[in-house]
Amino acid sequence: MDQIDILDELPKFGQLGIGVVAFVLVVGFLLFLVDRLPGFDKGRFAAAVFLFPTVLLLAVGLLFPALRTVWLSFFDKDGESFVGVANYTWMFKDPDIRGVLGNTLIWVIAVPILSAGIGLIYAIMIDRLKVEALAKALVFLPMGISFVGAGIIWRFVYAYKPEGEDQIGLLNQIVVWLGGEPQQWLLNPPWNTFFLIVVMVWIQTGFATVVLSASIKAIPTEIVEAARLDGVNAWQMFWRVTVPSIRPAIVVVLVTMSIAALKLFDLVRTMTAGNFKTSVIANEMYTQAFRLLDKGHGAALAVFLFVLVTPIIFYQVRAMRARREER
Amino acid sequence: MTTATVTTDQPEPKAEKGPGRAGRAKKRLTGRTASLIALVIALLWTTPTFGLLLSSFRPEGEIKTNGWWNFFTDPAFTFDNYTQVLLSDTSSGRLGSYFFSSLVITIPAVLFPVAFASFAAYALSWIRFKGRDTLFVLIFALQVVPLQMALVPLLQMFQAWFGFEDEQKFIQIWFAHTCFALPFAVFLLHNFMSELPGDVIEAARVDGANHGTIFRKIVLPLVTPALASLTIFQFLWVWNDLLVALVFGNGKETAPMTVRLAELAGSRGEEWQRLTAGAFISIVVPLIVFLALQRYFVRGLLAGSVKG
Repeated sequence: MDQIDILDELPKFGQLGIGVVAFVLVVGFLLFLVDRLPGFDKGRFAAAVFLFPTVLLLAVGLLFPALRTVWLSFFDKDGESFVGVANYTWMFKDPDIRGVLGNTLIWVIAVPILSAGIGLIYAIMIDRLKVEALAKALVFLPMGISFVGAGIIWRFVYAYKPEGEDQIGLLNQIVVWLGGEPQQWLLNPPWNTFFLIVVMVWIQTGFATVVLSASIKAIPTEIVEAARLDGVNAWQMFWRVTVPSIRPAIVVVLVTMSIAALKLFDLVRTMTAGNFKTSVIANEMYTQAFRLLDKGHGAALAVFLFVLVTPIIFYQVRAMRARREER
Repeated sequence: MTTATVTTDQPEPKAEKGPGRAGRAKKRLTGRTASLIALVIALLWTTPTFGLLLSSFRPEGEIKTNGWWNFFTDPAFTFDNYTQVLLSDTSSGRLGSYFFSSLVITIPAVLFPVAFASFAAYALSWIRFKGRDTLFVLIFALQVVPLQMALVPLLQMFQAWFGFEDEQKFIQIWFAHTCFALPFAVFLLHNFMSELPGDVIEAARVDGANHGTIFRKIVLPLVTPALASLTIFQFLWVWNDLLVALVFGNGKETAPMTVRLAELAGSRGEEWQRLTAGAFISIVVPLIVFLALQRYFVRGLLAGSVKG
């Protein structure tokens, strides 16, 4: 076995060194400007120095490219000849892309409802248990795992071997133990999308649990006690006391997750690469722009994603403000 | 690994006043069925990760022919997958090299946005100048732009500036990550900085401290928890990212672990023994950071987060 040569890695660390030195120089220079130069302490100058890197980077790296993407969405695949709205009509007419849009819709509906639902139930069940902190950490753990890592973890759950052979995927092994036939979970539409969604729910539920659990703890004990005195049962308690009391938090969770589901890319890329009719908008945008090298199609999909995300984020900001005021 | 606890900004509920009505009622709610449901959920959520961890210590032949649960009846244990992944220099292995790339990408891609955003957030909260609110709203609004909107034109710009022909460089990945992180970073830090007590800063101004001094000596120490939570967010985001790395660093020299692992995962399963160990190594680094500093992460989450 050849050993890895650490010398081969040196140029990388050379670049890292340059990057870190550049960082120290830039930050040091900016602080020097506000600190030392007379006149620079006047509000306007200090503000200009402090804001310069952010404004410059946002203009060059985000605002301008985004506007250019809008522009490109009206041009052909090489970005040369104007094609009007052809890229957009393609998006809604092409049966494959309509499938992609449909999948995205399923994701946006299923992921928030399932994650928030399970997260809420779990948060209530573990509330005030002795092992609450540990129980929360266990479910929260996948939040720290990359989508790529999660995709690999779940490959070992969904793996398929033909009937008669030993199964290496847990799900198929369970099916076999129950007397069923092993399935190609990720190959057969429409259910494969559902099995991908399960992975996303697995990742996101921890977020729901933590946020909802925090608001459950903030419900005033008097309300709970009063409800008790009125003799409500657990079911009524859940629907009439818990859920209404933490409604703002539930809204924040649902909205945040629907944004995550809309922008989802890594998971689909890692597990199916969008094949077998599992593609979603963000993945299709990557495929069109960087695999098929069709800038027009890619740009149109990106713009459509933007159009879908914007109202949700505005709603989220409003919901967050409402929640903060309620505290 | 540390056993971390999830703490939050919310006030803890008052201690139970003995076995009162509420106490008993609560007990009924979190009774045996509830604990059982919780246990089932906890098991479902941990088993897949546990399966991967166990697999990574099984010999290649075993991984490819039977499931990890066979370990309990027929244990076979090896570190081979890890040594292969980390040290071997075959074309298919060499994940060690990608691990270094991940590090080289992550460190500057965390430092730059955190520093720039704290500068900007300070100016937007504590320096009075014309058009401040408009600028803040503009930066804030940029959070709605999904990074997909920037990929194609940004790549074209990089090709014009840095050139793709010669050796691959990390600078374009750092640049992209920094730009994409800024709107959220400024928003998060502004939330915390603007809530600092104004009289402290006014007093320092009266004493003749300039903005540089106030920023370094007063504001930064007071928002350390926010800086920590932003640093963790950005670290997890960059380390775990696939999209930015695929678009801007797609080549052997600059590709991080996520890119290589996604490639291995796409193969037909010949490399599964490497995949297990590789995936676990890439997961362990952020997980340690995450568990050790979970407190700050949760605080950031509860402060409200949107990431483009």
